[in-house]
Amino acid sequence: MTATELGMPGLTGVPTTDAPQTKKDYTSDQEVRWCPGCGDYAVLATVQGFMPELGLARENVVFVSGIGCSSRFPYYMNTYGMHSIHGRAPAIATGLATSRPDLSVWVVTGDGDALSIGGNHLIHVLRRNVNVTILLFNNRIYGLTKGQYSPTSEQGKITKSTPMGSLDAPFNPVSLALGSEATFVARTIDSDRAHLTSVLRAAAAHRGTSLVEIYQNCNIFNDGAFEILKNRETRDEVLIRLEHGEPVRFGPNGEHGIRRNPATSGLEICSGDDPNVIVHDANAPDPSRAFALSRLADPGTLARTPIGIFRQVDRPTYGDLMNDQVDHAVDTQGSGDLNALIAGRDTWTVE
Amino acid sequence: MTAKEVRELDRVVIRFAGDSGDGMQLTGDRFTAEAATFGNDLSTLPNFPAEIRAPAGTLPGVSSFQLHFADHDILTPGDAPDVLVAMNPAALKANLADVPHGAILIIDSGEFTARALKKIGYATSPLDDGSLTAYQVHAVDLTGMTMKALEPFGLTRKEASRSKNMFALGLLSWMYGRPVDGTVRFLENKFATRANIRDANVTALKAGWNYGETTEDFAVSYEVRPAPMPAGRYRNITGNIALSYGLIAAARQSNLPLFLGSYPITPASDVLHEISKHKRFGVRTFQAEDEIAAIGAALGASFGGSLGITTTSGPGVALKSETIGLAVALELPLVIVDIQRGGPSTGLPTKTEQSDLLQVMFGRNGESPVPVVAAASPADCFDAAVEAVRIAVTYRTPVFLLSDGYLANGSEPWPIPDLGTLPHIDPDFATEPNHRGDDPEAAEFWPYLRDPQTLARPWATPGTAGLEHRIGGLEKADGSGAISYDPTNHDYMVRTRQAKIDNIAGVADLEVDDPTGQARLLVLGWGSTYGPIGAAIRRARRAGHHVAQAHLRHLNPFPANTGEVLRRYDRVLLPEMNLGQLALLLRARYLVDVVSYNQVRGLPFKAEELAEVIMKEVDQL
Ligand SMILES: Cc1ncc(C[n+]2csc(CCOP(=O)(O)OP(=O)(O)O)c2C)c(N)n1
Ligand code: SF4
Ligand SMILES: [Mg+2]
Repeated sequence: MTATELGMPGLTGVPTTDAPQTKKDYTSDQEVRWCPGCGDYAVLATVQGFMPELGLARENVVFVSGIGCSSRFPYYMNTYGMHSIHGRAPAIATGLATSRPDLSVWVVTGDGDALSIGGNHLIHVLRRNVNVTILLFNNRIYGLTKGQYSPTSEQGKITKSTPMGSLDAPFNPVSLALGSEATFVARTIDSDRAHLTSVLRAAAAHRGTSLVEIYQNCNIFNDGAFEILKNRETRDEVLIRLEHGEPVRFGPNGEHGIRRNPATSGLEICSGDDPNVIVHDANAPDPSRAFALSRLADPGTLARTPIGIFRQVDRPTYGDLMNDQVDHAVDTQGSGDLNALIAGRDTWTVE
Repeated sequence: MTAKEVRELDRVVIRFAGDSGDGMQLTGDRFTAEAATFGNDLSTLPNFPAEIRAPAGTLPGVSSFQLHFADHDILTPGDAPDVLVAMNPAALKANLADVPHGAILIIDSGEFTARALKKIGYATSPLDDGSLTAYQVHAVDLTGMTMKALEPFGLTRKEASRSKNMFALGLLSWMYGRPVDGTVRFLENKFATRANIRDANVTALKAGWNYGETTEDFAVSYEVRPAPMPAGRYRNITGNIALSYGLIAAARQSNLPLFLGSYPITPASDVLHEISKHKRFGVRTFQAEDEIAAIGAALGASFGGSLGITTTSGPGVALKSETIGLAVALELPLVIVDIQRGGPSTGLPTKTEQSDLLQVMFGRNGESPVPVVAAASPADCFDAAVEAVRIAVTYRTPVFLLSDGYLANGSEPWPIPDLGTLPHIDPDFATEPNHRGDDPEAAEFWPYLRDPQTLARPWATPGTAGLEHRIGGLEKADGSGAISYDPTNHDYMVRTRQAKIDNIAGVADLEVDDPTGQARLLVLGWGSTYGPIGAAIRRARRAGHHVAQAHLRHLNPFPANTGEVLRRYDRVLLPEMNLGQLALLLRARYLVDVVSYNQVRGLPFKAEELAEVIMKEVDQL
C-alpha cells in the first residue's frame, strides 16, 4: 500500500514496503545514554514503536537533529540520521527534504536548540512549509549543558546561571509556531503513549512542516516540570484535550468548558454545559482561534494547558513548489544545453 | 565635410564616469561587447559605490567603468585612462587624479551648472578656470544635444536626459571606429515593449555617432585593430558568470543535481541570480534566511546526494564557519564560494581585496583542514569552479573557492571551452555493505572505512537499503563511525583528516615562467593579482630585467614542488591585496624569507607601479 492510499499525503512519494516491520527494525545497535528516568526514553520507545505502522522503506527515513540531550535521538534510530550542530537542524533538513522528496524527514530538537540558538531557522522552516516533521522536546531547561534556564523556562526560574531567578518571559512554542505561519501545530506529552502516537500519526500524514511540541521531563535538572499535567490527582483538572470537531471541555467530568467572550472576543472558562462552548476546528483557515487556545495555559503553573492538534491546514510545501519550478523550466524550455548556455548570445570566431 | 584623419593605436583605456543613475555600467558593458565582437583583447573594471543611488551629483555617488582594449594580448583593465568620459562635475572631480596629463577628457558641459559645481565644492568651473589645460578637453553639451535629438519623441525632460549615456556611447563608438549594430539590437531587445523609449535610445546613440563625424571639435578618430588570438570561438565573460557556469558544468560532469543555498551579499549575489535562471539544468536554488541556513541547506542536500554549494563573501563566511567544521567532520562534499571584498566587518562591499585567505584556511575551531582553490582571472573562474567541485566530490570534503570583487565584475574574452575536455567527476556512491564483523553472515556498512588511496570515506545516500547509518559532529571511531571519545582514536582521526587534504591528487606542480632562465627574482601571486603581476613583469622584461613568474591556484594543499620553487630563487616577491597573508603561510611552511608587497586600496594593483617594485627588487639583487 502506498502512503497516499493510507491517507498520508505527507508521505507521498516515499517508497513503502510490504515486509512486516517491528519496533526492533527501527532500533539501532547504539547504547542509549540518557540519564535513567529521562523522558526522552519514553518518546524514543513510542517513535520506534510507531514507525512500523507507516510501512515505509526504512532506508528512506532520515532523522536530523541539532545539539542537546534530545538531539542524540538519531543515533538510536536504525534509519539514516544526522546529529548536526546547535540549532541548525531545520536548515539542514530543508536542503535534504527539498532535494529528496522521496524521503521522510524528521527533525529532533530541544527547547534551547529550536527556540534559542535556532529560533530563526525554526520560524523560517514553518513559514516555508517544508515537508518535515519536527519533534520539539520541551523540558523547559538546558539539559546537556547541565541545567541553565531555557527560552521556555518560567520567569523567575532559579538555575545555575540565574541564582536570583531568570528575568525573561518564556516563549510559548505553540503560539510562536502559529505566528510563524505553521500549517500543523500540536502538543503532546512524553509519557502519554497513546496521545503521542496519535499526534505522530497526524503529523506524519500532514504534507508540510508539522511542529510537535513534546513536554518532556528532565528528571535531573527540571524534574516534575509537567507533573501537574501527568499526575492522576491533578491532570484532569488542568489538561484540555483538543479533538477536532469536538466541544472544548475539560475537568474530571467535563464540568469546564471554553467559550468566546463576546465583549473581549477572547476565550474564557465557562461551565461544561454552557451552550456556547466552542467546537474545536483544527482546519480553520484563520489561526486566531488556535492562537487564542494556545494562550489559555498559565505559563507558570501550566494550568489550562491544551494538548492535541491546534492547527492542521493545507498549503503547498516549499519543496513541491521548488521542484515544480524545475519541472516547469524543463517542460517549457527543454532540459539544459550546456554548450548553448556557456556560449551565450554574443560570440565571435577567430580563424 | 572633409574626411577626418584616422590614427592607429595599439591599445586604449577608456573610463566612463557619471552618477550611479547615469547608466555608466551599461554604457561600459555595451562598448565592451562591441570591442569584443570586433576582435580586440580586453579587460574591464567596473567601480561603483555601495549605495544604490547616493544623492545625485555627489562624489560618493560616482560610478565608473574602465575598459582596456588592444590589438594584442593584455592582462589588466589598465592603470590610467587615456580617455575619461565625465558626465558631470562630480565624475570629473572623483576621477581626474587618475588621469595622466595629455589624456583626453570628454565632459558633459551641460551638467556644469553653478549648482552642480557648488555641490561638490568647485568655486569656479574647471571648464573655464584653466585648471584643465594639461589635458585635451572636449567640453560637449551631451545632455543638451541629447534632449534636442529627442525632441520629436515627446518625452519628459527626465526621460530624455536618461538617454545621454547612449549619446556618449555613440560618440565614443565613432571615435574608436566601433560598430553600433550590436547595441542597436540590444536596445531593440531590451525595450521591445516600449517602442518610444527604444527609438529614443537608438536615436541618441546615432546622434552621438553623427556628432563625432560632423563636428569640428573632433578632428581625429582612432583605430585599434583586432588582436591576434588563438583560433576558436570566443565570448566575453565576467568572473561571476564564469563561476556560475563552472558550477553548473561541474554538476553535470559529476552527474549530481546542484543545490545552491545562498543569502544575498555583494559581490556574490550575482552568482545566486545567475544560477537561479538555469532551473532547466535541474538546479535548485534556495535563498535562505541567513548564511548559516544557506550552508546548512546545502550540506543537507549533499547528505542526500546533491552537489551542495553555498556562495557568499567574507562576512558570510564568518557565519558559516561552524557548519564548515561540521562538513569537515561529516566528510561530505560541499563547495563554499567566497567572493572576497574589502574588510573587516562590512568594510568596502563593492571593492576588491584578498584578505579572507587566513579566514578560509583557519577560521574554524579544532584541526579543521579545508582545501582552497583560487581563480586567477574572470574567465578562469570557470575552471577554478570545476576544480573545486572535483576535489569536493572526490575527497568528500568542503572546499573553498576564492574569487574577489575584481574578478566577479571584471570581464575578458573567453575561448569557449570544449566540454569534452572537462574532467569526469565520479561521485562513486556506496551501494553495498563494506565490512564484515564478528558475525560473518552479517555484512555491515561502515561509514568511515576509507578508500586507502584517497582516504575518502564512502558516500552512502538515504534511500540506499542496507547502508542506514548515522553521522554527526561528535568524534567518530575510525571505520565504524560510532561515537568515540578514545584519545588514540581522536589523535588518529585528526591526523587522518589532515592527511586526506594534504595528499589530494591532481594538484599540478607550480609552473614557473622564466623565458631567459636567468631570473634570480621570482614574483609569486595567487588569485586576481595574476593579470597585474603578469603585465608588470612584461614591462620589467621589456626594460631588460630577468624576472620569473609563478601563480598559485591551490592554496591548500600547496603544489608539492612549492618549497623547491621558492628556494630556487635568490628572492621571492609576493604582491597581495592584503597585509601578507599568503606570505605568512609560506614563511611558516617553507621557512623562506618571502618579500611582501601589499596594498589594500580596494582596487587591483597597477601594472606600472608593480613593475617599478619588481625592477627595484631585481636591481637590489
Ligand atoms: C554553538 C554552540 N553553542 C553552545 C553549545 C552548548 N550547548 C549544547 S546543548 C545546549 C542547550 C541544549 O538545550 P536544549 O536544546 O533544550 O536540549 P536538551 O539538552 O534540554 O534536550 C547548549 C547551550 C553548543 N553545543 N554549540
Ligand atoms: S540531563 Fe535531563 S534531559 Fe538530559 S538526559 Fe538527563 S534527564 Fe534527560
Ligand atoms: Mg531542553
